[in-house]
Amino acid sequence: MGQMRQMNRPILIEIENIAKDYMMGEQIVHALRGVSLQIRSNEYIAIMGPSGSGKSTLMNMLGCLDTPTSGRYEFNGRDVSAMNDDELAAIRNREIGFVFQTFNLLPRADSLRNVELPLVYAGIDPETRRERAARVLQDVGLGDRLHHKPNELSGGQRQRVAIARALVNDPSIILADEPTGNLDSKTGEEIMALFESLYRRGHTIILVTHEADIARHARRTVHLRDGLIESDDGFSGIGILPMGDRLEADPATRQ
Amino acid sequence: MKRFAYELSESWKIAAAQMRSNKTRSTLTALGVIIAIVAVTLMGTAIAGIQVGFDKSMAIFGDDVLYVSQWPWKPVDDWWNYRDRKKIKTEYAEPINRIISATPNSNLVVAVPTSSLLRSVKYADSEVSNVLIRGTVSDYIITSTFDFQEGRFFNELESRAGANVCVIGYDVADALFPSESPIDKSVLINGQPFKVIGVISRQGTFLGLFSLDSIVVMPLLAFQKYFSAKSDSDILVKVKDKTRLAEARDELTGIMRRVRGLAPEKKGDFSINEQQALKSTLDPIKNSIEIAGLFVTGLSLFVGAIGIMNITFVSVKERTREIGTRKALGARRRTILLQFLIESTALCLLGGFIGLTFAYAMCAGLGKAFPSFPIHFSVTLVIVSMTVSILTGLFSGFAPAWTASRLDPVAALRYE
Ligand SMILES: Nc1ncnc2c1ncn2[C@@H]1O[C@H](COP(=O)(O)OP(=O)(O)OP(=O)(O)O)[C@@H](O)[C@H]1O
Ligand SMILES: [Mg+2]
Repeated sequence: MGQMRQMNRPILIEIENIAKDYMMGEQIVHALRGVSLQIRSNEYIAIMGPSGSGKSTLMNMLGCLDTPTSGRYEFNGRDVSAMNDDELAAIRNREIGFVFQTFNLLPRADSLRNVELPLVYAGIDPETRRERAARVLQDVGLGDRLHHKPNELSGGQRQRVAIARALVNDPSIILADEPTGNLDSKTGEEIMALFESLYRRGHTIILVTHEADIARHARRTVHLRDGLIESDDGFSGIGILPMGDRLEADPATRQ
Repeated sequence: MKRFAYELSESWKIAAAQMRSNKTRSTLTALGVIIAIVAVTLMGTAIAGIQVGFDKSMAIFGDDVLYVSQWPWKPVDDWWNYRDRKKIKTEYAEPINRIISATPNSNLVVAVPTSSLLRSVKYADSEVSNVLIRGTVSDYIITSTFDFQEGRFFNELESRAGANVCVIGYDVADALFPSESPIDKSVLINGQPFKVIGVISRQGTFLGLFSLDSIVVMPLLAFQKYFSAKSDSDILVKVKDKTRLAEARDELTGIMRRVRGLAPEKKGDFSINEQQALKSTLDPIKNSIEIAGLFVTGLSLFVGAIGIMNITFVSVKERTREIGTRKALGARRRTILLQFLIESTALCLLGGFIGLTFAYAMCAGLGKAFPSFPIHFSVTLVIVSMTVSILTGLFSGFAPAWTASRLDPVAALRYE
């Protein structure tokens, strides 16, 4: 049942044979060596793998922060590799919500101003900005922390502000690179519960994590090793695990 | 367009927050600009002040009057050539006037002889010393621009009769008659009584150097009767059309040569001066103030600009991750460029504002200390200073802002 539901969703991201090389002096580092993935709307994917396997590199690629050395990337049917800087900025602004391990909030701005920032870049007027930022902060449970600066908030609250900021422009996809990496496990679970509720409300979420406990929350897991996909239990790409097994592990269907 | 406006206001807010959190650093960085603006403002004020004072003083001389004198109104290198010139005599006025009226379409109106020296003026127990005593004829009023506070100038009758009457300047009236009207009172000059018939309204000072109100004007014949002939004399000649000053000058030169009976091959032994000539003696002073001011301003602006460029580079470095974050959230290159340009500009504007405040306070202080010196703090100066500040900000911010805008978002986000 769940499979059918997912299969009918439109394809949001399609990457094919993506490679990324870095020059380290004379040496070439192959961060990604040909990765292909299909991501549909309202998927919840965890990307796992050992340190240095290329998880962050892949995330940056998906988030249009970086361009691949070779390979094809289509976002919503548009060819990303052909886009210029401003178009990439526009995609990041409207279609993608980033959540960072280190929160990356502006230290001197209060929660409201931090959350407003993507709306500023989207050219939305101040009143609407305020209103929407306040509403999203309310949604992530920080309705009473609108005027707190980051240093007046706990780590979990900071990450909530960051998530609110990622959500405020109503993006097609949320990318989170180790969102719980700087949080204790209890706070991490709270953040994961927030992601879960976002997923249920129809958001598409990709998160990078080291921890199996965190990855467990996702509905699909992609393992990377040495810049290649080692396993993908999803519906597309080179899925290794049979679908049925995956669904059994799905916490949403388990309960 | 709207988006640009929002980004602009956002950038201003960031810049303001940035300066607020780094108060000391910002102020120190802005120091160069502060000094530059103080320099430019004080220089501008000095020049404008001199100009205003000069124009005001010049107006008293009248810009349509030529002065026949022994000395030119400009510094000369060969002063010995002028020293031995024949004195200008008041008697020249008569032949000059005769020639003027005989010339059809003359550019000149009338020649007025004047003779002056410094004396004390007394009334009752009061005395003012170093008053300019000037003897002239009733036509003097035509060549002058002053008004009367009280009374009148002496008329032709009194002039021809050499009557013991006089017109006194504001300072003299003020010193001798603090609480009564001077009209019809007799003042003593060289022991001789002169009846006051008029008081000239206040003229102010000449460039703040000496008062133009410390003066007594009387009929030339009376002057010559009581004071030694060793006074300096000039002939004032009123010009019909001040736009044709050059022609008037040539005509007057010709007349003076005739009066002096100079052979055609002989050099002129008199000078014809005009207000304009004084102006040109002032220009070198103005120029040197300008050059000195420009040098100081340029130097401190340059130092200031380098300082601000440096601090903006530091700011870009410190906030590399912030730049990465902003890019991830959708900031375009030009947004980042704009942000840092505005930060450097805001710093310069802060400097400009502080500088202006200082300069204003200094001008006010100077004005209090030397009330006679014409201080002139103008709106133009404020605009110029602010423009200079903005340009400096844009100039010094450009390189760091450009670097920031070109940062690779991934590298910026990874930056430790
Ligand atoms: N800017 C760069 N220059 C050179 N090499 C790079 C650069 N960025 C990444 N790499 C290399 O690419 C490889 C993949 O890096 P990446 O950050 O994607 O790993 P990761 O899976 O996210 O690791 P971690 O779990 O530690 O975050 C690594 O070997 C890394 O050294
Ligand atoms: Mg990583």
